[in-house]
Amino acid sequence: MAATTETYAATTRARALPRVQTRHVVMVAYLLFMLIPIYWLLKMSLQTNQEILGGFTLWPQQPTLDNYRVILTDASWYMGYVNSITYVVMNTILSLSVALPAAYAFSRYRFLGDKHLFFWLLTNRMAPPAVFALPFFQLYSSVGLFDTHIAVALAHTLFNVPLAVWILEGFMRGVPKEIDETAYIDGYSFPRFFVKIFMPLIASGIGVAAFFCFMFSWVELLLSRTLTAVNAQPIASIMTRTVSASGLDWGVLCAAGVLTIVPGALVIYFVRNYIAKGFALGRV
Amino acid sequence: MDKVQNNKAWFLVLPVLVLVAFSAVIPLMTVVNYAVQDTFGNNVFFWHGLGWFEDVLTDSRVHGALGRQLMFSGIILAIQIPLGIAIALCMPKRGFWASVCLVLMALPLLIPWNVVGTIWQILGRTDIGLLGYVLSGLGIEWNYARNAVHAWVIVVVMDVWHWTSLVALLAYAGLQSIPQAYYQAAKIDQASRWKVFRYIELPKMQGVLLIAVLLRFMDSFMIYTEPFVVTGGGPGSATSFLSIDLVKMALGQFDLGPAAAFSLMYFLVILLVSWVFYTVMTNLDKQEGK
Repeated sequence: MAATTETYAATTRARALPRVQTRHVVMVAYLLFMLIPIYWLLKMSLQTNQEILGGFTLWPQQPTLDNYRVILTDASWYMGYVNSITYVVMNTILSLSVALPAAYAFSRYRFLGDKHLFFWLLTNRMAPPAVFALPFFQLYSSVGLFDTHIAVALAHTLFNVPLAVWILEGFMRGVPKEIDETAYIDGYSFPRFFVKIFMPLIASGIGVAAFFCFMFSWVELLLSRTLTAVNAQPIASIMTRTVSASGLDWGVLCAAGVLTIVPGALVIYFVRNYIAKGFALGRV
Repeated sequence: MDKVQNNKAWFLVLPVLVLVAFSAVIPLMTVVNYAVQDTFGNNVFFWHGLGWFEDVLTDSRVHGALGRQLMFSGIILAIQIPLGIAIALCMPKRGFWASVCLVLMALPLLIPWNVVGTIWQILGRTDIGLLGYVLSGLGIEWNYARNAVHAWVIVVVMDVWHWTSLVALLAYAGLQSIPQAYYQAAKIDQASRWKVFRYIELPKMQGVLLIAVLLRFMDSFMIYTEPFVVTGGGPGSATSFLSIDLVKMALGQFDLGPAAAFSLMYFLVILLVSWVFYTVMTNLDKQEGK
């Protein structure tokens, strides 16, 4: 009898332990798969070019910040970041300011053609930038906006405005309608109600929408490269031009790459619970 | 939520309408314009009817790009969806480690696409990259710039690295919304792990998984930057997907007519998938009783 209980306990333990372990092993393996390429970029950014090409090493033998120094002191490099941030911020402000009232309209009212409009916005979020690259180039050249920050900011509204409208609508429908009605009874005008009462209620939604507008504009390359030449050239474009040129400085290239990850890495902790929601256009 | 009928709401959507019309409708009309005209240069255009569409539809180069594109999207979905679900099931449910996992997994999603390309381009090199070094150390003649199969492997692995977390995060969000009572009921019924997955978790994740499939299909269908940086569409045209081919045609060779006709047909596919996406979304909203 005692023997059977013992074997029973042993089998349950045997059954319980490996399952827990598989979970952890899978998770750790996956996280390693995620992190190793990023580590490799970081490692190479801390090495000199001679060291990178001199021999294969798993970690920098003589870590150096020279590559970062090159980028932060050379205007042709660091202006790329300034340009990128300029048009990204312009785009985020523009997208959010037009998307807020529209999202409110979609979440609260039925009106003529609302569903068609909402669908049409979605198709623009899904539109391949490759289709728009040439027409955008011609459009902005003909109105004299080629190679300006505002051209890229406007071009990125193509997918960011729909994104912001959809995300914000997803958050706004969670706010009970009674709040609107009470505010109107209390004598609030619409603009005052919207800014003073409604916007604080969906503050997290606005934050998430802003984050995603920022991110999608930040990671996009095709349109921003097509629409700029020198003055508004984004960092992404400067990097690819370095790749195509001969005599690569791998260390500097990697350092530039690491610096483009920084903005995302800085805020990621705060939005960690909303990443799925944002990518699913506020629908999860 | 029951909504009020009010056509004045149009004033609230007007700014969006104007802005998106400027950045979507005008360019799209330019494309339509080019698609039905031909030119001898000097900005003189004349009517060409549906000629370009016929050309594109019978063009073996476009067929090749479309075939590669569908194969790529198919492979991507076949790997990322099951893997994403598996990862979501393995994630800690709450607490400190859940946050750590979320943050680390989301990291690749926020990296600029050309940097993703650069990372894998470097990683795949046999002299300075970890992956290439290990593979050639194992005795494989690894060269993704020459060998089409190797080029495909690196592009697919790169995309798995880049986007699987999105599927995992969506599936995880779906799992989180399952009430604990469901699991307790399953425990009382002594349901096996597989049965819990099959009859509780999978049906509850259905909605988010549909979203994940559609999003991954759309984004892989218009992938451009990452393979462009890693392989440049090569070797030959082994990894030139639709967008790469289109940009080559439109901005490289300036074949406006065929490129425009190509764009319109490309856009029609996107429109179709968007419609499916929209229908799924609205049905989900109805199910939730909102």
